[in-house]
Order: sequence, then C-alpha cells, then structure tokens
Amino acid sequence: MTEEMTLSDISFNEEGYMTNLDQWTPDVARELARANDIELTDKHFEVLNFLREATSNGEKLSIRRIGKSGIVDIKGFYALFPGAPLKLASKLAGIPKPTSCV
Amino acid sequence: MKVEKVLIIVSKGTIEDVYAGLVMANGAVMEGIEAKMFFTFFGLNAIRKGKQDKLHTATVGNPAMMENVPTMIAGLPGMEALASAMMKKEMDKLDIPPVSEFFDMIVAGGGEIYACQLAADMFHLKKDDLIDDVKDIITVGDMYALADGPNTQIIFI
Repeated sequence: MTEEMTLSDISFNEEGYMTNLDQWTPDVARELARANDIELTDKHFEVLNFLREATSNGEKLSIRRIGKSGIVDIKGFYALFPGAPLKLASKLAGIPKPTSCV
Repeated sequence: MKVEKVLIIVSKGTIEDVYAGLVMANGAVMEGIEAKMFFTFFGLNAIRKGKQDKLHTATVGNPAMMENVPTMIAGLPGMEALASAMMKKEMDKLDIPPVSEFFDMIVAGGGEIYACQLAADMFHLKKDDLIDDVKDIITVGDMYALADGPNTQIIFI
C-alpha cells in the first residue's frame, strides 16, 4: 500500500488532525508516523489505543493523564513521540487536537 | 520565526505566580519548545524541599481576590490558609498537578530547573535544601547563557 493510496481517502483539517475517527486504521497510523520519521512499535499502539479509547469515553486528555495511564510514564511518552508528544500522538491516533493546557 | 526556547524567571512565591511559571514551562515542553526555569528571591520557595506544596496566595493587598471582603477581615488569622486551600482544590478539579508533581512533569519532558546563587546565599540555602529536580545553583551570568540562541524568549514573573 502506498502512502497516496492510504492517506488520500482520509479527511484532515488544516492542522493535520483527522476529522473522521472511523477512518482510522493501524496502517493509517503507520503511514502518518513514517511521515514524521517514526516507526510505530507495539508500545506506540498501546498509547494510541489508550488515546482513542479515552477520547471515545469523552475524557479530556493531558500529559498528566497519560502519565497515570499505567502504559507509559511521562518521560517515556516524550521518547515515543518526540517534539510535541500529545499533539503528535493525537494526530497519529486520529483523534481531535488536544485542548488541555497541562 | 518560531520560538525555540524559553527562559522563565520566577521571582515570586505565591501560588499564582509559581503556577504561571510552571504552566508556561510545561506548555513549552509540550510543544517541543526547550524550557529553562530560573528561581530567585521568594520564587525559591517553589523549589524548597518541604515548602513547595505549601505555597500560599495573598488575601491582603490583592484587590482582585475576595473583592467583597474588607481588608481587615481578609487579614484575620487563617484567611490566607483558607483561600489557598480553596484555590488548590479548584486547580485539582482541573487536573492541574501539585507543584512537586508539576516539576517532575517538566523535567520528564526535558525542561531544566535552576536556582539563583545570590538569592540562595541570601536565604542561606544549599543544594541539599532544594528539590532533586533542581539541576544547579547558578549566577546571573550563567542564567543568560541558558538563553543563548536566536529564537529564545525570556519571561519574568
């Protein structure tokens, strides 16, 4: 599957967040991650699945919340998704832009 | 030009001043912006062992707080502790961490914490009196060196 084929059918907003959660598949996440020079591991997917689940439960996500998830500590989260981890992980999980200030 | 680094100087020790610095520093690392914090004068209370989670807000001399309460009443014993406890409770509801945990989050994200040499000397504080998250006690010259680089912003609180 080429990047064009995978990603061309998916709608993103102007900031690069997917607008339809149902279009998400693990392959989509892998393609998006590659565009950010990240090769997704099982640990990455554990985090992405946690984010997707929390979002569908209506939870407000924050770095602190992820640190308390039991999946990864905060340092580990920064290591998995370098740069702006919460935003990047949200993009890869196909969920909306995080609105938390902490 | 994108901000690449922030140096946040915290010179005050009230809840609101310390949190302003912590929120901005943590917000920076969350965005992939390098963050350094420098604590001086009463701001040192935020990085003192045993003190950092017991910060207060001022109920006297703060007209925006409890505007319907006369200054004489606001100055009664216990008022400051009460207002501070209420403030912390409200923050907890918003998932804002206690000061000590906030520092751990910032350091975990790659932020660095420093104390002011001059103020530490003035208050007779040594490295052992400060939390482990503090990287070093440094001079004002060293502080400016932390801000080296073209796209750095210095924020003073």
